[in-house]
Amino acid sequence: MTALLEVRGLRVVFDGFAAIDGLDFTVEEGELRFLIGPNGAGKTTLIDVVTGLTKPVAGSVRFGGQELVGKREHRIVRLGVGRTFQTATVFEELTVVENLDLADSFRLPLRSLLRRRRGVSDAVASALEAADLTALADKPAGVLSHGQRQWLEIGMLLVQRPKLLLLDEPVAGMSRAERERTGELLHRIASTHTVVVVEHDMEFLRKYARKVTVLHQGHVLREGSVAEVQEDPRVREVYLGRAKGKAVT
Amino acid sequence: MGALVNQLPIGLSIAAVLLLIALGLTFTFGQMGVINMAHGEFIMAGAYTAYLLQGLTSQSFLIALPVAFAVAGLMGLLLEWSLIRRFYGRPLDTLLLTWGVSLVLQQLARDVFGAPNVQVTAPGWLVGGVDLLGVRLPYNRMFIVVLAVVCVVGVWLYLTRLPAGRRMRAVVQDRELAAYSGIATGRVDRFTFLLGSGLAGVAGVALTLVGPVGPGLGTFYIVDAFLVVVAGGLGQLRGAVLAAVALGFLNSYLEFWTDASLAKVLVFVAIIAFLQVRPQGMFVLKGRALV
Amino acid sequence: MTLGRISLVVCVVLLALAPLTLSPFRLGLLAKYLCFAIVAVGIALAWGQGGMLTLGQGVFFGLGGYAMAMYLKLKEAGSAGLPDFMVWSGVEELPALWKPFGNPVFALAAVVLIPGVVAFLLGLLVFRQRVRGAYFAILSQALAAAFVILLIGQQGLTGGTNGMTNFSQFFGLDLTDPNGQRAVYAITALVLGATFLVAKLLVRSRFGRLLVAVRDGEDRVRFLGYDPAVVKTITFTISAVMAGLAGALFVPVVGIISPALLGIVPSLELLVGVAVGGRFVLAGAIAGAIAVNYAKTLFSEDFAEGWLYLQGGLFVLVLVFAPKGLAGVVESARDRLASRRQTGPAPVEVTA
Repeated sequence: MTALLEVRGLRVVFDGFAAIDGLDFTVEEGELRFLIGPNGAGKTTLIDVVTGLTKPVAGSVRFGGQELVGKREHRIVRLGVGRTFQTATVFEELTVVENLDLADSFRLPLRSLLRRRRGVSDAVASALEAADLTALADKPAGVLSHGQRQWLEIGMLLVQRPKLLLLDEPVAGMSRAERERTGELLHRIASTHTVVVVEHDMEFLRKYARKVTVLHQGHVLREGSVAEVQEDPRVREVYLGRAKGKAVT
Repeated sequence: MGALVNQLPIGLSIAAVLLLIALGLTFTFGQMGVINMAHGEFIMAGAYTAYLLQGLTSQSFLIALPVAFAVAGLMGLLLEWSLIRRFYGRPLDTLLLTWGVSLVLQQLARDVFGAPNVQVTAPGWLVGGVDLLGVRLPYNRMFIVVLAVVCVVGVWLYLTRLPAGRRMRAVVQDRELAAYSGIATGRVDRFTFLLGSGLAGVAGVALTLVGPVGPGLGTFYIVDAFLVVVAGGLGQLRGAVLAAVALGFLNSYLEFWTDASLAKVLVFVAIIAFLQVRPQGMFVLKGRALV
Repeated sequence: MTLGRISLVVCVVLLALAPLTLSPFRLGLLAKYLCFAIVAVGIALAWGQGGMLTLGQGVFFGLGGYAMAMYLKLKEAGSAGLPDFMVWSGVEELPALWKPFGNPVFALAAVVLIPGVVAFLLGLLVFRQRVRGAYFAILSQALAAAFVILLIGQQGLTGGTNGMTNFSQFFGLDLTDPNGQRAVYAITALVLGATFLVAKLLVRSRFGRLLVAVRDGEDRVRFLGYDPAVVKTITFTISAVMAGLAGALFVPVVGIISPALLGIVPSLELLVGVAVGGRFVLAGAIAGAIAVNYAKTLFSEDFAEGWLYLQGGLFVLVLVFAPKGLAGVVESARDRLASRRQTGPAPVEVTA
């Protein structure tokens, strides 16, 4: 296995406060990695830095050997890094198919973009199926439920065909049934992609996680299997100290 | 070299005028995100207030300052209460809406005061000037500079020292949290708008010192004033002061060196160039919320 | 879409019949409204579809107009002469800037290219730095203000406040003759048709969908692998070219181009029709532009001051009560009608 993503000596400062401080983080090709930690640990900030949304003051992010720091967001996407957001953002005025098609079309040259979409590409069709949205294909995305939006977003990520997927709290706010479906979807994606998931939901974590990285105050506190991480007293303390009674058990 | 120095008080007073107008915008645009195109007409209202009051007493010019503040402030309050509060979260629609209002107000001024410009006679103590190190400092322009400084200090004190100002900043930073903390955000909005509009009225009185008063008075200055806020950074008092001074001097010196018609284009180019280096002067992307 | 098709056919027939039924004066007015309608299509693209509120469309209108006017003036003056206004303001030799405009091909290219290039450069510089929304609106307005001051100041080059007027020829057409005027009307109507078609195709293309996505979530679009600045710059450039074409046609149609037509207020007036008609629907924007300018003519004939109240009031009313314009009102009425008729199955719900 080779490292797909290598983060070294990362430091991010917001208004004088170091959100990430001296962070090293490596993801191997083909991994499914979970990223956990209390609020303010720097999980989303890490994703933001990798995808170019936030600029670090120091450190490097190498993806397949290429430096990502300093590259603009859409360039990083074109290199093969895709992400979702905590609050699923889809384009409400466009239909479900159009949302997926847009995610599929970024490789097209401009003159093909200027043409009308004819039919549905294979990638879009299979993403529709994976996200269980075939029946709603021609409805505007604005009518989707919260869970359906999350799946549409994951579907969009799939047609984008990235080498690395970064999912930011994909099951937040979902019902139990929706969480299960998302888990299956995630499982399927992980068999063919390298995936990093930020997630709070412990039940979800236990069920699907293989390797877990715990962040705390902007650096890595512990890395290991779910069981190893759960038994670590420092991890327990971090969670116990922060949110009273919300232990990692 | 002499010309360079002589141009100084002119540049300074242009900067002061811009700053006075931009100060009002710092409240309405900077704090509330409302682009009020009728701000120019509040300036006009202030100027006409000075025109109506002149000759009533010996100190009517000084009296005009607070009266114009009240007149323009109330107009702003009325505008916020009747229309703008329905448009929060729709900045572009607000811009067009207030432009419609501004058209109506301009025509109203034309119907009430007549289309030709009127003159406000400056009080005797502002006529003339003093020579300082070979530079002619006209009293009227110096008064505007002093007025601008007083207003900036006042606004700064208000924002940082007074509970009302702190409430306002709280609402700007997090409207929901402020509401949960028991702040009546609607009332804060209205008061913010009153203050910003009132400052436009004060600026209008100041403008009567350097030129005639007409229905189009506000339109003439409003674009430059918005540029000041844009270049200075949203809601930044420091930025507004710096940008006003920079734009004021740039305007006056470019007009002097090239000609007036080229100066405006060059200022525009300068602002676009500035944005290439410091786009942060114009926008702040904070937090995680996208879109 | 049959209703849309029918109204489109009706409009085309009406526009085709106009030269036969209207007096030359009225036909000229209609041609003028069509010029504004061309600008409106561009504004609907940039503002309605792309979310770029451009308050400086008068600049591009003016650039196209002045390019055309310069050619027409040189043509009239002949090979040796100077345009009339230059003689009046004491210019003795033709300025270098003017010389290439004697060539019709150059002038026609300039009508499209100058507004296009200015918009492209401005768009690239501004959108790349993620200046948007109200800030972009303010900058475009500042450009309009600066442009007008420049035109007025360069008396010898531009004719100053008076601009340029007295055009009698337009590519071999006699503008004083009713037949020449009819031909100019026909050209304007055709250009409007072409503009509408181009805009329609663009809106329906993938690019058009992308544009809507950029409008509704510029930052999200970046994470789909697109550069929103490119999308916006292209759209803004197209809308500027449309305004330039309209300005170029305005010159033979109305017979004048001057700074008073291009400043902050005229640029905003161009938006009124689009807002009233409905910025999200191209046809609505066109109808709105024609209707509002017709109303302006009506009012200016009878009582001019009333127009400013009406225009301001109209803007306020539309924004308060029908932010999507008349097209939005029509659409929601049609939806209501359709849902009343429809007794079919409820919308599909998928539960997991």
